[in-house]
Amino acid sequence: MVAVKALNGGDLVTTRGLCRHFGGIRAVDGVDFALPEGELRALIGPNGAGKTTFVSLLCGRLRPSGGAITFAGEDVTALPAHERIRRGMAYTFQITSVFANLTVRENVALAVQRRLGQGGGTLGAETEGALARVGLLERADQPARDLAYGHQRLLEIAMGLGQKPRLLILDEPTQGLSEGEIADFITLIREVSREMTILLIEHNMGVVMALAERITVLDAGRILAEGSPEEIRANREVQAAYLGG
Amino acid sequence: MRGAPVKSLALHLGLIALLFALQFVLPAYHHGNLARIMVMAAYAMGYNLMFGYTGLLSLGHAMFFAAGMYGMGLSVQYLGLSAGSGFLAGVAAAFALSLGVALLALRTSGVAFMIVTLMFAQALYLAILHFAPWTRGDEGFVIPRAARVFLGLDLADPTIRYGAALTLFALVMLAMLCLVHAREGRVLVAIRENEPRAEMLGYDTWRHKLFAVTASGTISGAAGAAYGLLFGYVGAAFAQVPYSIFPLLWVLLGGAGTLIGPFIGTLFMFYLIDIASGMTDAYMLAVGVALLLLTLFAPRGIMGVIRERWVRWLP
Repeated sequence: MVAVKALNGGDLVTTRGLCRHFGGIRAVDGVDFALPEGELRALIGPNGAGKTTFVSLLCGRLRPSGGAITFAGEDVTALPAHERIRRGMAYTFQITSVFANLTVRENVALAVQRRLGQGGGTLGAETEGALARVGLLERADQPARDLAYGHQRLLEIAMGLGQKPRLLILDEPTQGLSEGEIADFITLIREVSREMTILLIEHNMGVVMALAERITVLDAGRILAEGSPEEIRANREVQAAYLGG
Repeated sequence: MRGAPVKSLALHLGLIALLFALQFVLPAYHHGNLARIMVMAAYAMGYNLMFGYTGLLSLGHAMFFAAGMYGMGLSVQYLGLSAGSGFLAGVAAAFALSLGVALLALRTSGVAFMIVTLMFAQALYLAILHFAPWTRGDEGFVIPRAARVFLGLDLADPTIRYGAALTLFALVMLAMLCLVHAREGRVLVAIRENEPRAEMLGYDTWRHKLFAVTASGTISGAAGAAYGLLFGYVGAAFAQVPYSIFPLLWVLLGGAGTLIGPFIGTLFMFYLIDIASGMTDAYMLAVGVALLLLTLFAPRGIMGVIRERWVRWLP
């Protein structure tokens, strides 16, 4: 795992002076950010810190008011979301957004088939592979709307995996999951992180401390601190702003 | 799962075979009706591609039907094209119009999209009236019988006409069947179900919608061109609002987003009007009540209910 990361080396995502204003509110306010390829980074911060806005800017759901974004060495600031996804980003929604009326299998197949394009007879196998990894294979033919909430979250992740992205953005993936489901989630993400760079927005500090290699703390649209989990835990500013002293 | 395309192919080929066989047993009156219904069902299938599968509600589809009809009619009338070339000219006109309308209308969505399509259709209708010296305005014009000959076959002959209508119907149905089982079809359904999610899976949803509107308009135009040729008349009534609403009703009745639905809906409504008008002058009241009941108790339409309750694999 360490060897793979050393090989990749460079930054997969960077932002420079990234801003997004909503009226007078500066949701994201001049963020300089870099995420090396292969890392599992957590993005934390109090409610309203601008975390979701920030990753929405990264993946193109929102247009920045200013600043620049690069992905894999290319300036993607002007690219629409679907073009960024095609270049290897995947985004799982904070508010579960699956195709409720389609089956679980069809949901994941849509993610896989975009990557395979017209060619590729491996659609079925790859779809089942992604479903098996999150443990939803036996529910493949149920409509997604019939899944329990926790399973819908897993389906979101399977759709992310099906895209085989270089960067997987997970927006509060454990929200609403039970303790047992969270433990399984941690195991799954640890495994997945060997294959791709992960940016994880998370409120559950247990999950963050268990998974993150580095942590970026966002507060009021700015980066408050960045460092290893130990450093962040020890940081007084972070404690004051977020961890509640 | 894997067997579904095979079963659905068998079902749809079965329907086509049934329609082929019916011509030998039906009395002349119903024989003529069914030819008309098959052409209109092709129109409804075109509408369904956009509304039922992609989730784009158009209130102006009459413009595509009329573009096909007038593209055919005017080129046969004034350029002396044969029936076959005239048909292709109609299809080409509908393709060009639907591409142009799609490029403009797809800049909007939801209610605005409905209004824009409605307005474009009104513009085409008014244009037909405006150019009355050529189009003969409201009155329309008759396609001379001599021009309604295709490969030596007289399209005005009931048997030939039935065969031609069935051919169009079968071609459109099989094309739709291929499409919904192809990856493109699944992307269109994904856009209908959750467009932002489809976008975030890397699909250029705008381009897929452009395809859906253009294909839908072109199929509708093919139906319009065929209708003009088979029944020998081109008129502005086909460009008016009712002909934009009919395909919506047929599709809703039969089941939006099902392949057979448009045919079932067209058939049902045609005979509903036919039977009700034989009993009372207020036949539109009977039609209205039937529509009301269906929307209340079977909002997914006839085939939608059948799919939900019994036949899950129905495309």
